[in-house]
Amino acid sequence: MTKKHHHDHGEMSSLTDVQKRVRALESVLEQKGYVDRDVVNQIIEHFETKVGPHIGARVVARCWTNSEFRDALLDDATTAINAQNDFPDVGHHLIAVENTREMHNIVVCTLCSCYPWDVLGLPPVWYKSAPYRSRVVIQPREVLREFGLELAESINIKVWDSTAETRYLVIPRRPEGTEHLKEADLAKIVTRDSMIGTADLQAYGGGTR
Amino acid sequence: MQCFGDVSPEADEPVFHHPWEARVLGLQRSILALGIWNIDVFRYAQESIKPAEYLRWSYYERWITTLTQTSIEKSLVSEEELIAEKGVSIDPSVVQKRLSRRDIHKAFVRGNFERVSNAKPRFNIGDRVKTKQLNPLGHTRLPRYARGKLGTVIALRGTHVFPDSVVDCGAEDPQWLYTVDFSGRELWGEQCDEKLTVSIDAFEPYLLNPEDD
Repeated sequence: MTKKHHHDHGEMSSLTDVQKRVRALESVLEQKGYVDRDVVNQIIEHFETKVGPHIGARVVARCWTNSEFRDALLDDATTAINAQNDFPDVGHHLIAVENTREMHNIVVCTLCSCYPWDVLGLPPVWYKSAPYRSRVVIQPREVLREFGLELAESINIKVWDSTAETRYLVIPRRPEGTEHLKEADLAKIVTRDSMIGTADLQAYGGGTR
Repeated sequence: MQCFGDVSPEADEPVFHHPWEARVLGLQRSILALGIWNIDVFRYAQESIKPAEYLRWSYYERWITTLTQTSIEKSLVSEEELIAEKGVSIDPSVVQKRLSRRDIHKAFVRGNFERVSNAKPRFNIGDRVKTKQLNPLGHTRLPRYARGKLGTVIALRGTHVFPDSVVDCGAEDPQWLYTVDFSGRELWGEQCDEKLTVSIDAFEPYLLNPEDD
């Protein structure tokens, strides 16, 4: 049996170590009056429950059903979204990039984890991890295959590396057979991954459907 | 570097995998709101983590490590205070900057780093540009794979706080920002998919007129 001693670096003790470090920093900052615990709680609640891909999905659904909004969105997504009374305000320099029959867009931050969290919520672990960050800029088709998306060889791929404060939102193509759906129902079928570019809502020619 | 393996997306991933991760996010937003250092300093602190540790630690482990380290470096807290979990020295001017319930909405919107500048852009949409071969010891937002490469300007994004300068000497030094397209083959060689284009958002100091090179 492994003896427990102060050099033990098993997973349970390192998790406890992290919890201690988090507690220490928060506790000291709170004692000094530099952070407010209730404010920290509210921030957490906001990111767990208020902001998420449902916002981006509504933007996409409106883009599909309202050509005036679509034009404004593609011109300046921040201004277009903030002009809508029923959308929450989004940050500056949000750029909407539209998928077409010939072009598929994918977003990454190779340098860290820059992400349009105001329309998609916080990024998933895979987006922030070394495999995606390093491989999607060089072998995107292979990466998309891991997500179950097969793009025909004829489709152009554009990868947007978010290296500054500009943020990118992919507008996936509207699936066939949804012409009868209203905006609210369309929003329900738009997935987070389709707005990053690692999924699509219909297969391109040459795909599995 | 390559060979990092499968992307392995987790189905129905929770926003936070542990409660402590949520605390770290809340702390990060609160600490940045104090305005003592900014996101560029935070990013550079993460880039300064030893590579083996960077790759081994989880995302929020990196965050708590750099938040703690930077808080000590910038004298927000001391190591002694953290070990004892007891705040001792208090700076009232920092207390004044504490993120309050009234201002909490600031933590819910991405920061705006665009700044007014009289500088005219050196490049226009459609211009061919070459990225510099620069490898600073400090912070830069020019990815290694896109150095010394020929691309095309596809958009001008305004004048923004220049991260390299912020970390180097604390100055915002606003610079024109461009979105630059590169063909996959320019970046990776002839074996690359000819249908691939990759863009970066490049600050003007990263770019050269290819004819001047």
